[in-house]
Amino acid sequence: MTEQAIAIAAPPVPRQRPWVLLLKGTWRQGRTKVGVLIVVALVAIAGVGPFFAPYAPDAPVKHGNGEFALPFEPPSSYAPLGTDNIGRDVLSRFLWGGRSVLALSVLATALGAILGIGVGLLAAYSRGMGDEVVMRAMDVVLAFPQLVFALVLVATVGPSLWLLVLAVGLTTMPRVARVTRGASLEVVERDFIRAAESIGLPKRKILFGEILPNVTSPLVVEVTLRLTFNIAVIAALSFLGFGLQPPAADWGLMVNENRQGLLVGQPWGVLLPVIAIGLLTVGTSLIGDGFSRAAIGIERGSGGD
Amino acid sequence: MSSELPGEAPELLIEGPGPLLALPSKPSRSRFFRGIPGFIARRILFGLLTLFIASLIIFLATEALPGDAARSILGRNATPDSLAALRQQLGLNRPLVQQYTDWIKGVATGDLGDSLAEQRPVTDVIGERVVYSAFLMFLAAIISFPLALLIGVSSARRRDGPFDHTTSIVSLGLAALPEFIVGIALVVIFATTVFHWLPAVTIIDPGTPPWTHPKELILPTLTLVIAVTPYTVRIMRASMVEILESDYVEMARLKGLSERVVMWRHAVPNAIAPTFQVMAINLAYLAGGIVVVESVFNYPGIGAGFVDAVHARDMPVVQALALLIAALYVVLNMLADIATILVSPRLRTSLK
Amino acid sequence: MTDVALEVENLRVVLENTEIDIVDDVSFSLVPGEILGLVGESGSGKTTVGLAILGHSRRGASFAGGSIRIAGEDVLAKSEAQLRSMRGRVVSYVPQDPASALNPAVRIETQLNETIQAHRGSNGDVRGRLNEMLAEVLLPQDKEFLRRYPHQLSGGQQQRVALAMAFANRPRVIVLDEPTTGLDVTTQAHVLATVRDLCEAHGVAAVYVSHDLAVVANLASRVAVMYAGRVVETGPTQTLFLRAAHPYTRRLVEAIPELSGRHALVGIPGTAPRSGHRPTGCFFAPRCTFAQPTCELALPPRELVAGGHEVRCYRHEAVLQESLAARAAATPPAEVKAADGLVAVRGVQASHGPRQVLFDVELVVRPHECVALVGESGSGKTTLARCIAGLHANYEGDIAFRGSQLPAGSRARDRETRRQIQYVFQSPYSSLNPRKTIEQIIGQPLRLFFDLGGSEARSRMVDTLETVQLGPSVLDRYPHHLSGGERQRVAIARALVASPQLLICDEVTSALDVSVQAAIVDLLADLQRELGLGLLFVTHNLALIRTLAQEVAVMSEGRIVERGLVDRVLDRPSAEYTRKLLSDTPSLETALAAAT
Repeated sequence: MTEQAIAIAAPPVPRQRPWVLLLKGTWRQGRTKVGVLIVVALVAIAGVGPFFAPYAPDAPVKHGNGEFALPFEPPSSYAPLGTDNIGRDVLSRFLWGGRSVLALSVLATALGAILGIGVGLLAAYSRGMGDEVVMRAMDVVLAFPQLVFALVLVATVGPSLWLLVLAVGLTTMPRVARVTRGASLEVVERDFIRAAESIGLPKRKILFGEILPNVTSPLVVEVTLRLTFNIAVIAALSFLGFGLQPPAADWGLMVNENRQGLLVGQPWGVLLPVIAIGLLTVGTSLIGDGFSRAAIGIERGSGGD
Repeated sequence: MSSELPGEAPELLIEGPGPLLALPSKPSRSRFFRGIPGFIARRILFGLLTLFIASLIIFLATEALPGDAARSILGRNATPDSLAALRQQLGLNRPLVQQYTDWIKGVATGDLGDSLAEQRPVTDVIGERVVYSAFLMFLAAIISFPLALLIGVSSARRRDGPFDHTTSIVSLGLAALPEFIVGIALVVIFATTVFHWLPAVTIIDPGTPPWTHPKELILPTLTLVIAVTPYTVRIMRASMVEILESDYVEMARLKGLSERVVMWRHAVPNAIAPTFQVMAINLAYLAGGIVVVESVFNYPGIGAGFVDAVHARDMPVVQALALLIAALYVVLNMLADIATILVSPRLRTSLK
Repeated sequence: MTDVALEVENLRVVLENTEIDIVDDVSFSLVPGEILGLVGESGSGKTTVGLAILGHSRRGASFAGGSIRIAGEDVLAKSEAQLRSMRGRVVSYVPQDPASALNPAVRIETQLNETIQAHRGSNGDVRGRLNEMLAEVLLPQDKEFLRRYPHQLSGGQQQRVALAMAFANRPRVIVLDEPTTGLDVTTQAHVLATVRDLCEAHGVAAVYVSHDLAVVANLASRVAVMYAGRVVETGPTQTLFLRAAHPYTRRLVEAIPELSGRHALVGIPGTAPRSGHRPTGCFFAPRCTFAQPTCELALPPRELVAGGHEVRCYRHEAVLQESLAARAAATPPAEVKAADGLVAVRGVQASHGPRQVLFDVELVVRPHECVALVGESGSGKTTLARCIAGLHANYEGDIAFRGSQLPAGSRARDRETRRQIQYVFQSPYSSLNPRKTIEQIIGQPLRLFFDLGGSEARSRMVDTLETVQLGPSVLDRYPHHLSGGERQRVAIARALVASPQLLICDEVTSALDVSVQAAIVDLLADLQRELGLGLLFVTHNLALIRTLAQEVAVMSEGRIVERGLVDRVLDRPSAEYTRKLLSDTPSLETALAAAT
């Protein structure tokens, strides 16, 4: 019997592209479903919230008798969750305040990811001197906590949203580069890269066509993790007053502005954004963890015998 | 050893602010840097180089970017004359290179210039605050490090059991939370809304040592511990699992050695290196975390000082503190790398 | 009646919490001093059985039935504490990879001592016992050696340490799990001799798990053959290899390469079914030439053929009939007439970084000729092959292809040259991009060299796949859907699709099971004949080359020590090294001849 005959007789093999397998494996886990649920809900609030907000973000609440509401009023029919530090509606500001955190985090992470992947691939493939130089440069950027780096820039230029994206993106780059390089180093040693070199495949095609598809799993995990951390950093920067400036509505800013309310029994100005930010980071973290477990499961299951 | 069993999924090591410098793969061929002392010397040299470049970055970021310090200090009162005078006073008219070398010389001799906001030497400003931050970090470290070790190792030993699953989910969740969220949540729970046991902000007489204010220290310390521990638990667990599943631990069991010998003679020696790395990561994380945590509680350490300086555009202080924190990072990772080499026989002997 | 040292009865191991078995109905027994070869290919379950004898199961597997008695005590019925007392003392284990089984952070001395102390305590002469152990395995006994860490020992020394630990407490039974994998032939010969001597001297029964039948034939007095989790045949070594009653055993024996090259190498197409995918009826039936419809109804039971010879096959009588008939004779490779060289290597010195690995190497491969490049690991044969292929640029000297000088490194060469020289790598698991379909993998050289795409490219691919005996359905699959043998065929197809003049095969069968290896070598021989390829066949296994190559060059430590026609070099070697290599290579024929 020949190989052909046996191949025909064998039961059909499931044909699944690798990335489909990863997505399916990720979704199969309970924790991922919870994470996706949370993130989708919060993204919806942030994105679509403004359309449902009863007030404009900087509009003061008025009582039925035309009087302006006092700061830190408890929940009432005019302001379902009370008022904030200058008498604006907490609920409305909350609905308006998610966009900035999300947009900035996503942009910064995307920037850092693109740069980091490019650097990491190049470093891993170049090996030797090129690798050393590039990674030492990355090490220097890694010498700063992300927050500190951003703050140093802000101290000079002043709070600016683009600056935040740049600072957080630049500090994301070496972390992504490190993971990319680590994963790629293992791939670069494999013989199919030698095979590609021996037939003279151009370097560009080897980096993006041969190596990159083989490191997508750890990269997806890392980028999701970076997103989680970046949301935390950007929210912290807003909290410290370096993000969107008052009177804009921003979750991080709200937490700081409304702290006095805690002392007078109106916690909602603080609680709402705190819960939202907390849930957002936990949600993305759950998704990232789901990816990571699925990736390992695939690797272990289909490894060579 | 080949396996005939289908795969299963253990926990993946989660990356974060990782070890700073990669370990060398080849022994040095240079005449002056052989052996272990040579390795240490090289590692220190690299650390200094990194710090040097970091200082350049700090300097360039603060001096070479648009945004004139003089203008922002004077604000509305800026007339061309007063601007020129202030610039002269601040030394902004010197060429960049000279500004940088002067600064570095100052750092080396302990003269960090004067704080723009407080009109006193930066060293004074920082000096008071350093003690507070150091004490806070110390407290957080002595709680979180043993805790992480204990939980991480226990989870690894009871792998996939209920204890492990619980700690895994809890640490995943806690590790994701931003520090200020944890801080505010603790304030809400213990200080303002649920219970009223502890102060929400730190009101301390300046000049008094931090350990005389236990109540003020509880929440900031707790926040740091909650922020750092889950992350290090996961790393510790992953390292331990790798060791417990290694071929040599399996072999030790197949030789019929008692579980005590397997753990202490075979597993633990291989866990020391990862422990050092975890310790370094732990401390480095804390160094970064104090910036936010101190701000939440208005705790008078260098973290809050840094944020205040940024708000006030107090450049000398900003530069000094950024350099201090970067130096802390570099030194901690350097120590971790050196300790790792000293502790693994394989790496030790490959250097000779 | 001699007492039984080891008795395995109806052992059943399943995937944890399932009914899916990994091995089932495994039975055999051993008397003291006897060595049993437990033979099987990957996925057969032999390692699982080996570990079970120590009462150990890997993560995800659990014991579901049967018993394993050592000196009367059932290992499977023991508690953890009781097992701990038995392991290392009554039954011990020699692992496959000593480098990873020895703790890198603990000195050799400690690891050796603890084996003794664990079972005898610290009273008594531990030091004396230690010296005894070391002397038995021919290791030095001085302080300097003992204070070393495992990575400071050579592979052979590490394995001897493992042997010393296993024999230390004079166990009744020892399980050796492919302990000579990765060792060079000479060291392997020493280690095997040590095992034989120690077992004989101390009356230890040994289970030698292996896929290497030549080794087993030289070592074991009895053999049990496993296939897909079942023992398909057990019996005395002689009987099994000369008069096998099971089709699989017979095919396995026919697949073993022989130094004499008298018989054709025949492989077994297809792959063994893994746990959970095993058919009803006899597991081997889909690949069996003796199979009949009745074979697929139910698993055949164990039957006695003769004293001590059991088989699990409905058709064993028919098999025994044919077994006695002569095996197919080998077709010797055709004689090569061309005079000019295809590849001429002259005075090549190559280095890896600062270390020189090739010294003044000269080699010629003529068109349509197959030259075998033979040597052990570290001899430089792979480096030489890579220099020719342009994968290693750090060399000096001349490499000429069709008369003109080749630039070092493939990037410096022109497209046509790159097309003419193709390379097939050792590991089929690493040489195919796991994220690409077979069509994309084989299509790449077509696109690069011929600007071919679309349907024309596809039809060329189908043709090439046919020459390597793979069907077109393989094109849409990913590498992890294919077996090792199929993947290697794809790698060969990828090389062939460029229509090269020279094919360099670097240890292309080392990572494959014996039955698959035979099929691949057979395929290469056919291809070389039909397509008139120049072939440079790099291998460490001398036995493979007789049916394939016309000329052979033997390498050792970076130099070519002998060169000439295959028959001459193998029958009348002139170099000392070649002679040693030949005598150390375990041979099935010599083992069987010696015993009769």
